[in-house]
Amino acid sequence: MTVPTGSAALGLRDGTLRQADYWAALWRRTWRGVLATSFLSPLLYVLALGVLLGGFIKADPARMEGATSYLAFVVPGLIAAHAMQLAVGEATYPVMGMIKWRPTYQAMLATPLQARHVVAAHLTTIALHLAAATGIYMLVMVPFGVYATWWGASLAWLTQIGVGMAFAVWIYGITCRLRNEEGFGLIFRLGVFPMFLFSGAFFPVANLGRVGAAIARCTPLWQGVNLSRMLTIDHITWWIAAINAGVIVLLLVGGWRWAHTGLERRMIT
Amino acid sequence: MIEARGLRKTFGAGASAFEAVRGIDVVVRRGEAFGFLGPNGAGKSSTMRMVAAVSPISGGELRILGLDPATDGPSIRARIGVCPQEDTLDNELDVWENLFIYGRYFGLPRAVVRERAEELLEFAKLTDKAKSRVEELSGGMKRRLTIARSLINRPDLLLLDEPTTGLDPQARHLLWDQLFRLKQAGVTLVLTTHYMDEAEQLCDRLVVMDKGVIVAEGAPGELIRTYSTREVAELRFAVGEEDNEVMAEKIADLADRLEVLPDRILVYADDGESVLAAALDRGLRPVASLVRRSSLEDVFLRLTGRTLVD
Repeated sequence: MTVPTGSAALGLRDGTLRQADYWAALWRRTWRGVLATSFLSPLLYVLALGVLLGGFIKADPARMEGATSYLAFVVPGLIAAHAMQLAVGEATYPVMGMIKWRPTYQAMLATPLQARHVVAAHLTTIALHLAAATGIYMLVMVPFGVYATWWGASLAWLTQIGVGMAFAVWIYGITCRLRNEEGFGLIFRLGVFPMFLFSGAFFPVANLGRVGAAIARCTPLWQGVNLSRMLTIDHITWWIAAINAGVIVLLLVGGWRWAHTGLERRMIT
Repeated sequence: MIEARGLRKTFGAGASAFEAVRGIDVVVRRGEAFGFLGPNGAGKSSTMRMVAAVSPISGGELRILGLDPATDGPSIRARIGVCPQEDTLDNELDVWENLFIYGRYFGLPRAVVRERAEELLEFAKLTDKAKSRVEELSGGMKRRLTIARSLINRPDLLLLDEPTTGLDPQARHLLWDQLFRLKQAGVTLVLTTHYMDEAEQLCDRLVVMDKGVIVAEGAPGELIRTYSTREVAELRFAVGEEDNEVMAEKIADLADRLEVLPDRILVYADDGESVLAAALDRGLRPVASLVRRSSLEDVFLRLTGRTLVD
């Protein structure tokens, strides 16, 4: 029989694109639900926290990191925290499922695709999901007048995708190294939940005291919250913004390696 | 197509290390149907995973299609088809999508994959199920779809790991027919099985594996001639009668060889009917008896002292 392709040096882009039809097929089945929840969830959060709770909060903008209202303060934090939760959710059970419960990855790796192609395609779909979810979240916020400039809002959107992906790559690698799903409880209870509450999404980290604030500023979520907040309200300290962006990029680069070596170790035994 | 010398596979390290494959030599030639026969845990699937270039070898040498799986894994996988022991079909996709999307992983253009998907649905007798979800298919249909999917890249070499395990007899025969058609079309088949009839039906040549090593190699008929007699008489006695060992002693001189199993005695001889008649003359009264020709099961029993389903 004829040989279809020579795939000795299948590039990352080519290998990733070969899976586009698979992910598109899955997306065709789920996009309505994803978009509906992406729209509804931020609306409810913002109504409850930003408008109803925020109506009781009157503070000096200097105490709210430059935000002129609690709504403007809380929205970037909420979106970044939403990105984190979404990314962690996508990189835990669905990944374990494809490794263990339905052998999708096993089928993929029996073809010329390699672990890095499989990981790149899956992470790309998570990035697209994050882009859609955070993009809709931000669009829902437009009527509330929380964006100081269009370019700041655009960069904040990229930041939120970036911080979400920083979580996705690391959690993906952890999932690949877990024998079963029992470890996810720890990730959610000891990682995601405390970060959601104490990384500056709902109140300035300065309120945590010197030590608490220092710890909060070490979290990946704070980097995203702080950067996207500065960009959203156009109150930017550039050297801090550069550090925030740098940390996110470093997390992405290191996490990418952690993720694809994780899948390789798990599947190529 | 496949050349293995001293091939080894070890899982784990140190005191907990387990050697699944312990230095086997195998050569598979183009166009032949080659089998790995052995019980569960013999090392068949570990060998197949190494041949499929998804499991690194622990020792020895391995060449697939003239290539080294350690460095040319993607090139090898582009030219082989794999039908794994457990179905790896995607339950979230329909039958046609399973074929189409798998073809895309090989980098085949969409138009080509569409055409091949239609052909393979016909081959697998699943055309009327094209839009069905995988979970709606029977076990036999899923196996046929898995085999059809493994042919989407028109492979030089098709690897089938326990292709008919868990199927009913009708589904097995349908699958054998399809594999036979592939063999006639010139596809090199490598399969693992613990069904002796499957190995006899499909394999030109096979190796018998046990505990990670090859214990015999040859054509099915050749192995039977070498390691067994032409016929076997099976005698089964009622519960509560004398021990099978005692019964066996009474007819030991009639046979070339005897195997005493917990539930029956196997009497190996070239003329099984004569042996059975002589046993009855000596007063033995089995509740059930039959004479059959020797099979690969008898070869395995002779070589390992165990049955394939132990």
